[in-house]
Amino acid sequence: MPALEELTFAYHEVKNEAAFQDELRRYLRDYVGRPTPLYFAERLTRRLGGAKIYLKREDLNHTGAHKINNAIGQIILARRMGKKRVVAETGAGQHGVAAATAAALFGLDCVVYMGEEDIARQEPNVYRMRMLGATVAPVASGSRTLKDAMNEAIRDWVTNVKNTYYLLGSVGGPHPYPMMVRDFQAVIGREAREQILTAEGGLPRCLVACVGGGSNAMGLFYPFLDDPVELLGVEAAGRGLETGEHAAALSAGRRGVLHGALSYLLQDDHGQVLTAHSIAAGLDYPGVGPEHSWLKEAGRARYTTVTDREALDAFQLLSRWEGIIPALESAHAVAAVVKMAPALGKKEVIVVNLSGRGDKDVPAVAQLLVQQVNGEGVG
Amino acid sequence: MEKQTVDINRVDARLHKLHDNGEKGLFTFITAGDPDLETTFKLVLSMEKAGADLVELGAPFSDPMADGPVIQRASLRSLAGGTNLRGILEMVRRLRLHTEIPLLLMTYYNPVFRYGLECFALDAAEAGVDGVIVPDLPLEESAPLLQELKKEKMHLICLAAPTTTPQRLKKISAAAGGFIYCVSLTGVTGMREGISPDIAGFLQRVKRHSSLPLAVGFGISNPGQAAFMAEEADAVIVGSALVSLVEQFADQPDVMLKGVAGMIRGLKGAII
Repeated sequence: MPALEELTFAYHEVKNEAAFQDELRRYLRDYVGRPTPLYFAERLTRRLGGAKIYLKREDLNHTGAHKINNAIGQIILARRMGKKRVVAETGAGQHGVAAATAAALFGLDCVVYMGEEDIARQEPNVYRMRMLGATVAPVASGSRTLKDAMNEAIRDWVTNVKNTYYLLGSVGGPHPYPMMVRDFQAVIGREAREQILTAEGGLPRCLVACVGGGSNAMGLFYPFLDDPVELLGVEAAGRGLETGEHAAALSAGRRGVLHGALSYLLQDDHGQVLTAHSIAAGLDYPGVGPEHSWLKEAGRARYTTVTDREALDAFQLLSRWEGIIPALESAHAVAAVVKMAPALGKKEVIVVNLSGRGDKDVPAVAQLLVQQVNGEGVG
Repeated sequence: MEKQTVDINRVDARLHKLHDNGEKGLFTFITAGDPDLETTFKLVLSMEKAGADLVELGAPFSDPMADGPVIQRASLRSLAGGTNLRGILEMVRRLRLHTEIPLLLMTYYNPVFRYGLECFALDAAEAGVDGVIVPDLPLEESAPLLQELKKEKMHLICLAAPTTTPQRLKKISAAAGGFIYCVSLTGVTGMREGISPDIAGFLQRVKRHSSLPLAVGFGISNPGQAAFMAEEADAVIVGSALVSLVEQFADQPDVMLKGVAGMIRGLKGAII
């Protein structure tokens, strides 16, 4: 708790400080490569035959996902707080790579906790983190995925709190993380709002983003909260909601407390947290950021689900029709658009957050597609 | 044993008695349901006989963030055996036919939240639980549970760490009941080789802001460490070292019971 108080205080200090925001903007522009384009996916739009589809190209950021927006923001804060070492949790490895990158950039030591199962299925990112000088610490406890990596990162942080900063990757966890990570990711929505107004002369009908912890969705949604724009979050239905093997906390979970946040949570009748499942390691988390729970209960955002198979189909569709290989996480958002776009009029506009690129998924997807061809099935 | 009828919490009664006798308390922790609740039942009675002054029963949780590897493994074993809060309370009810030792339930928040705060407080008090420790419930969020516990005259035991600020110590002291659980180091539960050298300074700081008795825990596993900690505190808490014995002799219940009793006699002997 004292660590959270220290962090809250430090964040409030820099939040409205011009020097901090200038430095952040400079790194986002010159190092991350922002602003990212808002790309009109013309062939995908034609193929689906309905609403116009725009992709917010977070996959074009340095390190290949939106995660770097937050990592840069927090690393500048960590340095301001005088911390010499950062710890992070990672699922798909995208946040781990972003944290390792930011730590290398600022010369801080970095330990990334990653579940053993995720290490196996996201191998390319493990190598990247190691090349960046980070230590990847395998987590063998629990379900050996993202939530367990988070437990381990928290244990490390409370043990080494004096010199260590916890660089949390999503809009979950204890206050001030959900607020702070949302603020750092809101650059996505600010840019997208300006870009769509320029491109279309008006606001879109709908925003679509995948939701694991929910940081890319929160970042896109937040600057549109007061606009008459539909917000659609897409959770991972894994092998199907009815199988119980999914990661859809908002769609199929109940209120609960995990990692210091009250939010929707996959849990049993005794309050034990259930193991989530998704083909996308970055969505494989049994909880969700508390602000998404609030948006759901307030009726401001809607949440739907997409199965492993649908995501895999969307992964291939976007690769073939637009020449963009999306991250499996982002493919969930694309899959939701595939379902909804044909029913909308041709003047309607959908903005999809393409939160990351799929290079990290290529080996695993190649293997799955071989299994599919051999009739072993997916999901 | 005679059923307690006086309206004083067993924790307070025991701490008063220790104080009057000029004794230091030995508080012990085991994970309930590790390897099964019947063994936990026997362990509690055996620990009392060997000199334990208070027992903390750890309710297993899928994500024990504040615990080191020993208690993490114990939680998993207990969960694998199907342990839940209702089962633990049922065992406490049976224990109360045999003992008046103060019993605390150490649980993460979500199982209590799912149970329902009011139902939980009612059922726990009725079973004979004297207080609750919730390591992942910060003071700022504790009011709803505290209110329910108070109605049933149960304590919410609060934790203080070496990093806790004076302002926070004041707030903790106002909400806490029974004693302050002083965490001897920054980190998770588990045995450590050495001991934190500035423990005395930390405990004196806590004393300046609270008149409650102080119990020190985390990282204490042998009589030497216990004796050192007991100098400045009213009680010491030993957990992982006992849980480790339970793990080691899971297949030999008699050896386990004897081993645990022996360790407790050694610890209690060192702090008197």
